[in-house]
This record gives sequence, structure tokens and C-alpha cells, in this order.
Amino acid sequence: MSLVRSKWLSYLAKSSESDLVGLYESTGLDPSYTYLRKPEIGTIMATARIGNTGQKFNAGEISVTRCSIQLEDGKLVGHGYVQGRSKKKSTVAALCDALMQSDKRTLIESKIVIKLKEIEKKRHDLIKRKAEKTKVDFFTLVRGEDEK
Amino acid sequence: MYVAVKGGERAIDNAHRWLEDERRGDRKVTDLSVDQIKTQLSLSIAKVMAEGSLFDPELASLAIKQARGDLIEAIFLIRAYRTTLPRFGVGQPINTDKMIAKRRISATFKDLPGGQLLGPTFDYTHRLLDFKLLADGSIDEFEPGKDTEQMFQHVTQFLNNEGIIETEETSSSEAESPDLTRQPLEIPANRALRLQALTRSDEGFLLGMAYSTQRGFGRNHPFVGELRIGLISVEFEIPEIGFNIEIAEIEISECETVNQFLGSKTHPPKFTRGYGFVFGQSERKAISMALVDRALRWKELGEVSDGAPAQDEEFVLYHGDNIQATGFVEHIKLPHYVDFQAELELIRKIRKTAFEAKKG
Repeated sequence: MSLVRSKWLSYLAKSSESDLVGLYESTGLDPSYTYLRKPEIGTIMATARIGNTGQKFNAGEISVTRCSIQLEDGKLVGHGYVQGRSKKKSTVAALCDALMQSDKRTLIESKIVIKLKEIEKKRHDLIKRKAEKTKVDFFTLVRGEDEK
Repeated sequence: MYVAVKGGERAIDNAHRWLEDERRGDRKVTDLSVDQIKTQLSLSIAKVMAEGSLFDPELASLAIKQARGDLIEAIFLIRAYRTTLPRFGVGQPINTDKMIAKRRISATFKDLPGGQLLGPTFDYTHRLLDFKLLADGSIDEFEPGKDTEQMFQHVTQFLNNEGIIETEETSSSEAESPDLTRQPLEIPANRALRLQALTRSDEGFLLGMAYSTQRGFGRNHPFVGELRIGLISVEFEIPEIGFNIEIAEIEISECETVNQFLGSKTHPPKFTRGYGFVFGQSERKAISMALVDRALRWKELGEVSDGAPAQDEEFVLYHGDNIQATGFVEHIKLPHYVDFQAELELIRKIRKTAFEAKKG
């Protein structure tokens, strides 16, 4: 418990639309809100470093969607910056961000954010476990003609 | 000069309707879904995302479907779409040490810490057609192994410890790293700008350039120090709240080459490096990119150029973009009636003068 805001926004941003929207709908919450910024599709430019430690260069863009909402009740503001082009996902992420600052925090954290964290960990673990099974040991062979 | 033509509207409409019909193909065969392309043609998706320079697997799949599998046409669609989108900002530099690796190999160190992971590779297959796939055979799911942690230091770090390879350091002028999607590409380009151009260049073009350096056009003797493919988070500062979040997770391929270098007037003998970084599982291109990057560095390392094509940055950077290339190469099929008429007149006139001179 007690995730910081950057963490919960990260899990919301990287989740799949179906996971996030499914989990949100399962909470039964349906708060009234207004858009401070309507959902908007755009990009960010990803950057990397030469050799991972050197000079920064532009690696290409990634599609993202953003919006900002304000809850009617309590006037809390939430931001939904998410990967991909789903306006629905962006809106739900913004709602979750606002609700995480409200008295609904425990519910949102346990029913959505922690679940997204687990889904992400499972996805990563699966790749690591499959990769582990392809771990290889190469042997260099001594050829006959090298023997003295 | 190109003089425009008009007309042909009905023929063009019909041509496009026929195109749509052909794309759908035989109606007795099931329509190909975007999801099927996304999940089963993932290496085509990787190429379209890398060369379209937009990471979005769903859009790349749609583009491939719309383009009937013509990947350059699909890349064209992605580039065109991208220009309609606002850019919210620039992400923090990706740290590939934190990669969730599917594949990680080294051709220089067999016993590197963390081990070598082959991943889902075509290497070591026998390149025999698998006729089971024709017969709709089902494929067993690959069973994962035991739980494990990954912590992969870059292989070049080991050589660094001995001080026998050049180090890659940040530059104070990096804030001015030019962006060729914002300003026209100008020569001479610094290494950062060259890498941006190379990572979106055509895979086939880079492959040919890289191959030429190995065959002797610009001597290049590299080893693959490390090649890795996997997932990586991209951090971005949210302007409204002023801190970084991991806004996206993308798949990338990264290749570092280790090149022999006998030293020059300005640099002592040591290993030098080439770098490749490409969206998606695109290792052929990542390796090619690293070779071409290294070939283009001759000047900064004080080497003497062989005058080889791969060492000529104007040649490489201005001809690697397949959308620019296809636009210029293919435009000559469009109506050029007025231009041609002018040339026709000219040739007739010259011929007439020549004949008259002979008779005279």
C-alpha cells in the first residue's frame, strides 16, 4: 500500500485498455465529472543514449492519449496520460487518478492499481521465465591440429 | 518542371474501388483481421513501426492490411498519419539496462554474467519449409521455465573496466540534438542526428550498406558485443504535475558492436563501438545500423576514409529513407506529358539541324 502518484500513473498508463476499463467497471463507481481537457491523441518522442550512456538521440515517436478531468464531488483533478490511442482508457485513467486522491483511494488502489501492477509483473515474469529456458552454454572446442 | 494534369476522376474512383476489392481477395476465404496481423505477423509490424517511426502495433497492423502487405506503402500510411498528431513532448532517455529481455546474446564473451538467452530466434533453424503449417497444424504453447531475475550489465562495461574500449559519454550540447522531423536533415550531421536517421531508414538499404563495409568498401571488422531484444519502459514528465511517469512500454532491439581499431594520429589503439537501436524485434536492422554507424564515424576517430559509400554520410543519410526514395523514384510514372513534349520538340529540332548540316 501507499503507492506514490508517479507509480499509480505509470501502471494506469501502461495497462491494456481492456484490463483497465474492465477493472474500473467492476468497482461499480460512476462519479460525475467534467473534462478540463478533452481526450486528445498525440505522440511523445522517445529518446535513447548512444551505447546507453552516451549522447541522447531521437529514437522515434510513440502514440499516447491525454485528458484531464475534474470530479463534481470534491473538485479533485485527475490526469490521464496513457499509451495508445484510446480515449476511453485515457478518461478512465484520469478518473482513477482523481479518485486515488479521494476517500475512495483504498478501493481504487486495491481493485485497480494493485491488480494492474500484478498483471504487469506477470507479463514480465512470463518473458523472463521463457527466456530462462533458452539460456545457452557455448563451449569452444579445441581442434586436433592445435595439439602439440 | 512538372506541369499538372486534371481529369480522369471516374477512372481513378473505379481503380480505387477495384483496389479495395482485390485487397479483400477471394470472398470464400476468411477476412484477415487486424488482430491476426498484430499477433501473427509481428516482425512485419516491427518493420512498419521502426520505419514509420511511430510505435503503435495496432496502427501498424491496420496499415499492413490496408496496404495489402506492401510494407513500404504501410510505412507511408503511418508517416502520413503521424504528421496529423500533435507532439506532447520528449521522453526521458531510455535506460536499456532495465530491459525485460527476451533475447540477449554476445559473440565476444561466451560466459557473460547473466548468461546468454537465445529467445525466439530463427538462428540455428534449418530453413526447411514446415509443411505442417500448410495443414493447419496446431502448435503447442511454449512452457515457461523457472522464476528468475534479470540484471544485465552491458557487455561493453567489461571491456571498459580494462580501459580498452572507448566509452560513450554524454555531451554538454545534447540539448541541441537536432530532430530531423522538425528541421530538414543537414550535412554534416552529428552522431545523434545520424542515429535518428538510421533508425528510421530502410532495413534493406542499411543491410546492403552494412554488408558492403564487411566486404571491404570501408574496412570494418566488428564483433557483436551484445544484441538484446525486449521490453523497456519510457518515462515522460507530465507537464501538469512536473514529475516523470512510465507512460509507455515498448519493444526494442539493441546492438553494440566492438570494432578493432589500430589507432590514428589522434586516438590510441583500442576497441571502438557502433550502436544500433530499433523499435520492435528487428535484429537484422539493429546489427546493420551498428555497422553503418561505425563506418560513418571515420572522421571523428581520425581515420582515413576509403571513399566507400557507407562512409559517405550524405550518401547514406539522404538515401536511406524509403518514403522519400519511393516518392521520388515512383513519381516518374505519373503524367509528365508537357515535360516529355518539350523534350520531344528539342530532340526533333536537334535531329533536323544535324541532318541539314550533313546534307549542306
